[in-house]
Amino acid sequence: MSNERILDVKGLKTQFRIDKQKVAKAVDGIDFHINKGETLAIVGESGSGKSITALSIMQLIPSPPGKIVEGSIELDGVDLLGLSEKQMTATRGNDVAMIFQEPMTSLNPVFTIGTQVSEPLRKHKKLGKKEAKKQTIELLKLVGFPRAEDIFHEYPHQLSGGMRQRAMIAMALSCAPKLIIADEPTTALDVTIQAQILDLMLDMKKKTGSSILMITHDLGVVAETADRVAVMYAGQIVETSTVKELFVKPKHPYTVGLLNSMPKIDQDSERLESIPGMVPPAHNFPQGCRFAPRCKHAMDKCTEAVPDLIEDGLNHKVRCVLYDGSGKGVTHV
Amino acid sequence: MYKYITRRVLQFIPMLFLVTIVVYGLAQAAPGDPLSGEILDPDIPAEVLEERREALGLNDPIPVQYWNWLSSVAVGDFGQSMHYTGRSVADLVTSRIMNTLYLSLFALGVTILVAIPIGIYSSKKPYSLLDYSATTFAFLGLATPNFFAALIAIYFFSFQLGWFPSQGTVSSVGLTGFEYFIDKIRHLILPGFTLGLASTAIYMRYLRTEMLEVMGSDFIRTARAKGLGPSSVLYKHTLRNALIPIITLLGFEFGTLLSGAVITEAVFNYPGLGTLFLNSIQNRDYPVIMAINLILAVTILVGNLLADIFYAIVDPRIRYD
Repeated sequence: MSNERILDVKGLKTQFRIDKQKVAKAVDGIDFHINKGETLAIVGESGSGKSITALSIMQLIPSPPGKIVEGSIELDGVDLLGLSEKQMTATRGNDVAMIFQEPMTSLNPVFTIGTQVSEPLRKHKKLGKKEAKKQTIELLKLVGFPRAEDIFHEYPHQLSGGMRQRAMIAMALSCAPKLIIADEPTTALDVTIQAQILDLMLDMKKKTGSSILMITHDLGVVAETADRVAVMYAGQIVETSTVKELFVKPKHPYTVGLLNSMPKIDQDSERLESIPGMVPPAHNFPQGCRFAPRCKHAMDKCTEAVPDLIEDGLNHKVRCVLYDGSGKGVTHV
Repeated sequence: MYKYITRRVLQFIPMLFLVTIVVYGLAQAAPGDPLSGEILDPDIPAEVLEERREALGLNDPIPVQYWNWLSSVAVGDFGQSMHYTGRSVADLVTSRIMNTLYLSLFALGVTILVAIPIGIYSSKKPYSLLDYSATTFAFLGLATPNFFAALIAIYFFSFQLGWFPSQGTVSSVGLTGFEYFIDKIRHLILPGFTLGLASTAIYMRYLRTEMLEVMGSDFIRTARAKGLGPSSVLYKHTLRNALIPIITLLGFEFGTLLSGAVITEAVFNYPGLGTLFLNSIQNRDYPVIMAINLILAVTILVGNLLADIFYAIVDPRIRYD
């Protein structure tokens, strides 16, 4: 893994206007980067802003009401936010591709799989019908369709969810993008299929050398696929580190809570732990640390100001007053 | 698919049978008969009229009359008109049916050519000036009864502006070739637009709503995520899905147009099936009423079948087997 940054996001803020007074700060100033060939996972609960982050990179935020108000998104040195819509259209599917959560509804019901998977090839690589078909069938074989020629002519409704997600992966891979964004790619699938799809993605990453941004709420997926991880809460990144480190030494109380709410094979507990309360709505964040109202370590200092993301250990950053030098840290797990 | 179509066509037979019973009953339930509505020569003695009734079979019990009618229709004989003495029903109907067909096709063409582009534009730029104008027009079109729209059209475009003729299908008998064709079209414009008004309004709104709904679906996001340009997303991925219900509705539309033409034709004094139908009802000309009614019923049934077939063609998820 080189240290060349394929994606570099700085100070990204994406907001949605709800009405004249209210603005939802769905993504509120996040920085992260992905190195070449690396997989970064963004984890968080529903409503933490992780999908909006993905859509911001693709610039597929429904606008209005959504808008990227600040920041920069550099893909291989090019600031995507500086591109015209036409240039961005040429970038999507070509340099950066996306796999969505819902394979059942993410394919157009009236076109064949072949038509849909070959579309990026025909658009970006300017391939003719025949050549596109040949390459598409190769792609379909690559993602594990044994009878790729038949699948080429079949419609989405003839395929199961897992097969459709394979078709989506084939589509995303078609132009060998520098970055693949996978937004909860296994959430809608059966558990047995989930493992297959994750294996397929890792396999494809190895073959193509693409980097992956994995959006998920499932720490199991993180452990299985990612090199580094960023934990998002209420539109901000609250902790980032390597996956190994995060599982062994989680620092932020929210991360600790997430890890504790996972079932463990060596513990025979009756109930899983849960984090009380809910993610605050994006138009009404609490003062100071946004996790404070749900945090068992909360103190007066927490509500004064949003804590900075501070370095604590090698490549490990955390946004919590417990680690700003005065505190003592959390005893975890 | 062929099995399905055959089965559906066979189902037509009992349906048409029921339709004829109901319509025959209703026609007979109206007071009077073909001879009673006329301003009669007072010198004709009552016995002569009675003889005539006897000859036409009007004094038979209604089930017997129905049976006589049905048995001759079954062998393809629609009988003689009771009003236009000496003219066969088949002759009367064929002399009018082409005019009505032209009118319906013209109205259908207006509907498609106006509703689809405006519907697409409205969905592309919702809440724009044109969208609001189209919406206003649509509500006006839906709220205005056919005959009233016809009168307004005649008043402005015929009497005030003198652009188009207000009635008939030809201005003079001497026209031939291209001039004749143009003259026909000029006569079709006012009744055609009037007849197409309501359905244009409906389809425009329908397409706009469908387009907006499809635009919000996941697969449109996928299409954009793979880097397709706005026109490809709109005309290929969105329109193809939004047209599914529209194309299906067009099948039903044809039957509706034919029956809707009755009123429009009457206002424009357009010599089609509609005016013939109205006159026949006024004259209690039972054989003509029944024949036109059968034509309308068959058109509607075939239209519905076409709608179902179209549906299977445009939506790969639908299969009849």
